[in-house]
Amino acid sequence: MPERLLEIEDLRVEFKTRDGIAKVIDNLNISLQTGETLGIVGESGCGKSMTALSIMGLVPIPPGRIAGGRILLDGEDLLQASEPRMREVRGNEISMIFQEPMTSLNPVYSIGDQIAETARLHEGLSRADAMARALEMLRAVGIPAAERRINEYPHQMSGGMRQRVMIAMALACKPRVLIADEPTTALDVTVQAQIFDLLNDLKEKTGTAIIMITHDMGAIAEMAQRVVVMYAGHIIEQADVGQILTDPRHPYTQGLIRCVPHLTQTPSVERPPLLEIPGVVPALSQLGSGCSFAPRCQYADAKCRAEMPPSTAIDSGHDVACWLTEREAAA
Amino acid sequence: MSEQHSSPNQAASAAFEAEIQMPSIEHPLREAARMFARNKAAVGGLILLIGILLLTLVVPFFYTVDPFDLVWAPLSPPGTENVPFGTDYLGRDILAGIVHGGRATLAVGGAAAILAVIIGLSVGSLAGYYGGWVDEVLMRITEFFQVLPTLLFAMVIVALFKPSVATVAFAIGVVSWTAVARLARSEFLRIRSLDYVKSARSIGSSNRRIIWLVILPNAMPPLMVQATLAVGGAILFEAGLSFLGLADPNVMSWGFMIGSSRDYLMDAWWTVTIPGIFIFLTVLAVSLIGDGLNDATNPKLRER
Repeated sequence: MPERLLEIEDLRVEFKTRDGIAKVIDNLNISLQTGETLGIVGESGCGKSMTALSIMGLVPIPPGRIAGGRILLDGEDLLQASEPRMREVRGNEISMIFQEPMTSLNPVYSIGDQIAETARLHEGLSRADAMARALEMLRAVGIPAAERRINEYPHQMSGGMRQRVMIAMALACKPRVLIADEPTTALDVTVQAQIFDLLNDLKEKTGTAIIMITHDMGAIAEMAQRVVVMYAGHIIEQADVGQILTDPRHPYTQGLIRCVPHLTQTPSVERPPLLEIPGVVPALSQLGSGCSFAPRCQYADAKCRAEMPPSTAIDSGHDVACWLTEREAAA
Repeated sequence: MSEQHSSPNQAASAAFEAEIQMPSIEHPLREAARMFARNKAAVGGLILLIGILLLTLVVPFFYTVDPFDLVWAPLSPPGTENVPFGTDYLGRDILAGIVHGGRATLAVGGAAAILAVIIGLSVGSLAGYYGGWVDEVLMRITEFFQVLPTLLFAMVIVALFKPSVATVAFAIGVVSWTAVARLARSEFLRIRSLDYVKSARSIGSSNRRIIWLVILPNAMPPLMVQATLAVGGAILFEAGLSFLGLADPNVMSWGFMIGSSRDYLMDAWWTVTIPGIFIFLTVLAVSLIGDGLNDATNPKLRER
């Protein structure tokens, strides 16, 4: 029986905007097991990053507000935890790496100092011990000539190297959960593959569970075991990675998969056209009572526009929130 | 450059330990010092400032003429026997004034600048970092001080209390911190939303740590320049107050010399020009050093 490490129950996050209250995250339920990689997919503005910030306790308040729910790390509700307790959690039990490795490192400290900082904060190591840990971490994330590069500054490194440093920083205290917020979006494709390999490798060695936030189905296929598809603050589909990729049920998930180009062996072979999902994610303050995807959905009917579909299990571990599944079941 | 990296393959666990200690970590301060030393203008400024400090702190022990004594015929031009810089309208030795008056000028300028930087940095960093009502309140206070006519306000403070070196320094510091505060606020506002602050927060750094160790070092370059400008400004301000006769009349300072001789500017240029040149050189030296510090502490500029 795999242990439930992190559990998000009925999380609701709201933002006060000029147009009223925007429900950035609405009734989010996610559970993460030890040693698992969970992918959270969706377009920009659908609440992926806000989910990550909620777990870290870093939602900007105000204008944000945690309107309800629980985030349980080993049974401890992080939403009720004090700020000093959250500081202990961050970096030590839950770490995060960000999208932009070019700007996520402090330009005035050497990378060694920055990695050592995590260890000094949480384990009270001396500077020398912490630097030894930093060197060890730099080697673990595959930075060549680590003993020389440890004294270098961020501006002397490439994007891929910086992302490795970020990973080293995040993992320096062997956290149980690593949140990777689009860790490869800003990187070259070849470097992306290296970072995926590195994350998978480190996960195997340390047993850290990973929450991988991305809009790239390719990254999901590479990394995740379970996938959560988010749209406008809701989970619209949730399943194992194989089910999602081979048998996506929600029109939005299907759209996300169809819009990824595939390489074929012989370029002359007729390729299926790349399809886009028409329109953009609606402004959260303009959501009506119906399915939030209905305005962009080719299958939408009156019911979709009037009523929010509930999440239903169509298979073991495969939940979809779409009226289509009900229509199909009835047919 | 020494090429003495041992091959990582042959590192046994003992050698591994040794290797961890091995990398010659050049301390950031030492590196900054090296960069500073490479900057000719900054080194020139430093030499100039050391010269001025020697002149005002050491030379008085050897050149013991009292700057208030009447030693020679009034308004003797420079080069006159015994008085190389000439005398003022009362026959006081200008060289003695330079030598003995520098201390008060530098003390007031330095103390006022330090006070301005401390107040300005505290107010600006808190306002910029926390934002919201903290920012609102602190910035209204800053604006209140900003709209006061600075010279007038300083005159009131000096007039209310006894004019002494300490009150003059206090008065100058209190009226000149607003520029530092506004600059610090804008830098903190800019930097606090940058990704590396987010990432510092995500590894569990406290607000205090983020303010002091993450944001402040990144805000330092413009603040350093502002601080050196504040030293220069405070020295000039002190000269201005002395010129208006508001400084302690019993303490000789460069500004006091200019102020007391201002009526003789057309007839005896040296009485005001010579102390003026020393004020100019001091402010120049401090500014050059500030500029050099800015370049030396900014890692992005080190590669150039």
